[in-house]
Amino acid sequence: MEARTATVAQPRAGVRLPWAGAGLGRGLVGLYLSLIVLLPLAAVVAKSTEGGWGAFWDAVTGPQSIAALKLTVIASLIVVAINAVFGTIIAWVLVRDEFPGKAAVNAIIDLPFALPTIVAGLTLLTLYGSESPFGINVAFTRVAVVMALLFVTLPFVVRAVQPLLIELDREMEEAATSLGAGGFTVFRRIIFPNLLPGLTAGIALAFARALGEFGSLVLISGNIPFDTEVSSVFIRSQIESGNMSGASAVSVILLVVSLLLLACVSFAERWGNRHERDERRKKRWASRLLSRTGWGPGGHA
Amino acid sequence: MAGSSRTSRLSLRAVALGYLGALLIAPVGMIFYKTFEDGLAPPLEAITSPEGLHALQLTLLMVAVAVPLNTVFGVGCALLLVRHRWWGNRLVDAIINLPFAVSPVVVGLALFLLYGTDGWFGPLLAENGLKVLFSTPGMILASIFVSLPFVVRETVPVLQEIGTEQEQAASTLGANAWQTFWRVTLPAIRWGVGYGVVLTTARVLGEFGAVSVVSGEISGQTETLPLFVSQQFEQFNLAGAYGASILLALLALSTLLVMNLLKRKEGA
Repeated sequence: MEARTATVAQPRAGVRLPWAGAGLGRGLVGLYLSLIVLLPLAAVVAKSTEGGWGAFWDAVTGPQSIAALKLTVIASLIVVAINAVFGTIIAWVLVRDEFPGKAAVNAIIDLPFALPTIVAGLTLLTLYGSESPFGINVAFTRVAVVMALLFVTLPFVVRAVQPLLIELDREMEEAATSLGAGGFTVFRRIIFPNLLPGLTAGIALAFARALGEFGSLVLISGNIPFDTEVSSVFIRSQIESGNMSGASAVSVILLVVSLLLLACVSFAERWGNRHERDERRKKRWASRLLSRTGWGPGGHA
Repeated sequence: MAGSSRTSRLSLRAVALGYLGALLIAPVGMIFYKTFEDGLAPPLEAITSPEGLHALQLTLLMVAVAVPLNTVFGVGCALLLVRHRWWGNRLVDAIINLPFAVSPVVVGLALFLLYGTDGWFGPLLAENGLKVLFSTPGMILASIFVSLPFVVRETVPVLQEIGTEQEQAASTLGANAWQTFWRVTLPAIRWGVGYGVVLTTARVLGEFGAVSVVSGEISGQTETLPLFVSQQFEQFNLAGAYGASILLALLALSTLLVMNLLKRKEGA
C-alpha cells in the first residue's frame, strides 16, 4: 500500500527497498562501509601522522622509501605507455579485424583479472626465469618488475577503448578517406580523438593498479632494496620489522595518488558522455570498467 | 591502396597476437606444461597433502563468507544509489570505489592497525579472548574489503538501464514492494548481479597481498591457496607450487568461461 502511494506521489520512483524505508538501508550501508572500508583506512591515515608532519615526511623521504617510490612510479609509467600502445592495437584488431579464433582471443584478454596475482608471477617466472626454455632470464631484475606489471595491467586499456571503437561511426572515416586523407591522418584526426576518453580512463586505472601491485611481484622481482623493491613490497617489509608509522606514511602517498587517478576515471566517463543528454542512454562504461574493464552494451564477443 | 591496407591490417593483427602470445598465452601454457611434465602424480600429491587440503578448505570458507555478504550488500546498495535520490549518494559512490584504489598490502596494514595488539580494537579483543589477526576472521575481513565493489559496480548500470516502467506496472497491479523486487526487479538484473558475484568470487579466491599480511602465513592454519603457492615455492617444492597454481588457474579459466556466458545473456 505504501509503495503504491509512493508511486503516485513520485511517478518515476520504481521499486523502493522492500524494507521499512530507505533510512534503515542507508544506515546499514553506512555501517558496513564504515566497518569494512573507512575505519581501517582512517587507522592508516591516523598512524601516518602520529609523529607529526616532520615524521611523516622523514618516513616518506627515507633513502629506501624514495628508491622504492621512484622505481614504482617509473616502472608504472613505462608499463602504462607500452600497454596504451599495444592495448589500443589489440582493441583495434578485436573490433575491426576478422580472423578465426577471435572470440577466444577476446575472452583471454580478461585472464590477468581472473588469474590470482601470485600465479601470474609464478607463470612469468617459469617462462622468463632461470629455467627459461628461451634462455631469457629476467628474474630478480627491474625488467621483471616491468614485465609483471605489463601482465596485470594488460586488460585495462583494451577494455576501455574497445566499446568506444565499436560505437565509432565509420562514415566519418569513409568521408575523410574520400576527401583524400591517408590512413594515419584518419587515425590522428578522427579515430584517436574519439578514443581519448577511454584511453584516459584505461591509462589512469592501469597506473593505479601498477602503483599498488604486490602479488605478481613478490616471486619474480626478488624484492632487493634499492634495486627491485617496489613501494608495496617496501610497505610489507616495514610491517614485518614493526615500523607501522613508516609503512603508513608510504601507504598514504600511494592512496592519495590512486584516489586522484580514480577521479580521472570518472572525469573521463563524463567527458565521453558530454554529448549525451538522455540519462538512460549515457554509457556507463567507466562504472563497469572499474569492476571488470567492461563490455559494450550488447557485448563485443 | 587496397593492398597496403591489407598489409597494415595483417601486421597489426600480428603485433596484437604476438604481444598477447608472449605476455599471456605462452607463460600460462608453460606453467601447464611444467606442472604435468612428470605426470599427474606430483601436483596431485601436493594438493592432497594435509596443508594443501587445508588451504583449499580455508579458501572455500573465505568465498562462502565474503561472497554472500558482499552480494546482499551490493544489491541493496545499488538499489539505494539508483532509486533513492539522496545527498549522500555521491559520497557512498566514491567510498565504494576506494577498495579499487588501495594496494592489497595497505589493506593488510590497515587491519593490522585496527586489530593488532597495539591497534584501536586490539586491547578490547584481547580482553575478550578474540583473535582477529593471524587467524580466519582477519583474513575474511581482508577478503571482504578487496572484493566489496564488484556487485555494486555491476548492478548499478543494469538497474539504470532497465528503468522503472515494469516495476510501476507491477505495483499498479497491486504487487507490494517486496513482491515487485523478487518478481520484477531481481529477474531483470540477475545477469548483472551474477557477473558481479563471479568477479567477487574470483577476487576472493585469488587474493594474495591483503590476506598474506594479516594471516601471518602459518602453514596448515592460516594458509589459503595463493599463500600455499608462495610458501611451496619458497620451500623449493615446485611441484606443490605448480599444482596449486594450476588449480587456481583452472578456476580462473572457468571464471572467464562463466563471464562470457553471462555477457551473452546480458546482451540478449
